[in-house]
Amino acid sequence: MIETSTLTKSAISEYISKGKRFDKRQLSEFRNLSIDLALSKKAEGGAKVKLGKTEVWVGVKMEIAEPYPDSPDKGNLMVTAELLPLSSSKYEYGPPKFNAIEIGRLVDRGIRESKFIDFEKLCIKEGEKVWAVIIDIYSINDDGNLLDAAFIGALAALKSAKMPFYDEKKEKIDYEAESKKKIPLTKNIPINFSIHKIKNSFFLDPSIEEELASEGRIILAFIPDSPVKICSMQKGETMVVSTDEFNKAIKLAEDKYDSFFSEVMKKIDSEILKLK
Amino acid sequence: MAYTKRIDGRKFNETREIKAKIGVVPNADGSAMFSFGDTVAIAAVYGPRQLHPQHLQNPEKGLLRCNYSMLSFSVNERIRPGPNKRSTEISKITEWSLAPAILIDEFPNTVVDVHIAIPQADASTRCAGINAASLALAHAGVPMKELVTSVSIGKIDKQLVADVSKAEEDYEEGEGATDIAMSFLSRSEKLAHIQLDGKISPKELNEAIKLGLETCKKIRKIQEDVLKSIKDEKGEK
Repeated sequence: MIETSTLTKSAISEYISKGKRFDKRQLSEFRNLSIDLALSKKAEGGAKVKLGKTEVWVGVKMEIAEPYPDSPDKGNLMVTAELLPLSSSKYEYGPPKFNAIEIGRLVDRGIRESKFIDFEKLCIKEGEKVWAVIIDIYSINDDGNLLDAAFIGALAALKSAKMPFYDEKKEKIDYEAESKKKIPLTKNIPINFSIHKIKNSFFLDPSIEEELASEGRIILAFIPDSPVKICSMQKGETMVVSTDEFNKAIKLAEDKYDSFFSEVMKKIDSEILKLK
Repeated sequence: MAYTKRIDGRKFNETREIKAKIGVVPNADGSAMFSFGDTVAIAAVYGPRQLHPQHLQNPEKGLLRCNYSMLSFSVNERIRPGPNKRSTEISKITEWSLAPAILIDEFPNTVVDVHIAIPQADASTRCAGINAASLALAHAGVPMKELVTSVSIGKIDKQLVADVSKAEEDYEEGEGATDIAMSFLSRSEKLAHIQLDGKISPKELNEAIKLGLETCKKIRKIQEDVLKSIKDEKGEK
């Protein structure tokens, strides 16, 4: 499926405006979420995340790098996303297109701004040597909402990752050496919501058909606090919204936050227990 | 010391544990996972579908296009995403291995795309990739004369072994390691692909090919069994 017909689009938009969806979900309801941490023994951490039929693989690798000049005492973060032609007939080989770049940027921003990773603890020698955390995202089956799935995958991969052993004498990483050290993380666990709009309605976790029918999206990441705080946000596509509508969109995600965040954490934590 | 015992305790003609699964990418017309121990490959097939750009179309036959790629976290030292020389060569090798088995002439002006991704590598990734791709093509219902089955045969010191692991590939004592990746057509038992890195006499190579064919027959049985077990899985699409 590459395009959605005008007929399907108008049926979706009629449904959504009545608060209904093709798969009988509520507007704020996610598809079934599953997380599997057995991605690659060669990765420091990794996760296969499924949201309904959407599947994303996220791996974390760590390297030694030079710090950025504006943060000489902090570790580096790099996030890339590749939309594999394997995952949908609409993707082709070639340099990353905007959609892939945007997913990488949004996951990067959500994680960076939340201060979920304690970058100061990833400094080895100020101004010279720091740890770089590299998160690579691959789409495996695109059935809509790759971003939220990728974000959950990044959290799961980071939470379950083990740092490799750095041999200071040889100035080299020994990836084969056993290591139990975890990536230093804080309590500011971010979680992403892609809020889509059709007519006057907002909804979460779009299927691929809904995504193609969507007029635009508001993407935001929350961090735990009381009340919950927003740490990154971006409006996508040319849709315009009134301030009332905008508030309504935020409210939809905010109301969903508690239950979704606890579901995601529960699933990640129970998978981490299985690893031991 | 001579290589008299395999590093992981296998018999010389024994492969690592093989797992195969059909239908791992619902969007694709056919897909499969194939693994030799810690080497895991997934393959997805799209097509036959119309080929763009149009000038590439051939009114006499279809085109098979393979793309092999190792995911960044499949090995210890992260690989930069995107194509490189190695993946470009393996993609072509895979294409050459699979093309003789499929009746591509029946689909003029079309393309069959085979995408292979390696999430976890412990040597023999191209062989796992070809085995997964062969399954995915069958799952997609692309007309095939026979399956393609691939394995790597090693000569570690003086000993021939089936399904080389990374630790064996890196073996340096005695005569060191020779790695011979090969693929056979399942019915005609013809060689569809062979590559060799190392040092070996023609006589030993002949033995290696025999062991390769024997091993591929065992692997083919696993491929056939998993294909027979699917039946209606595609109804779900």
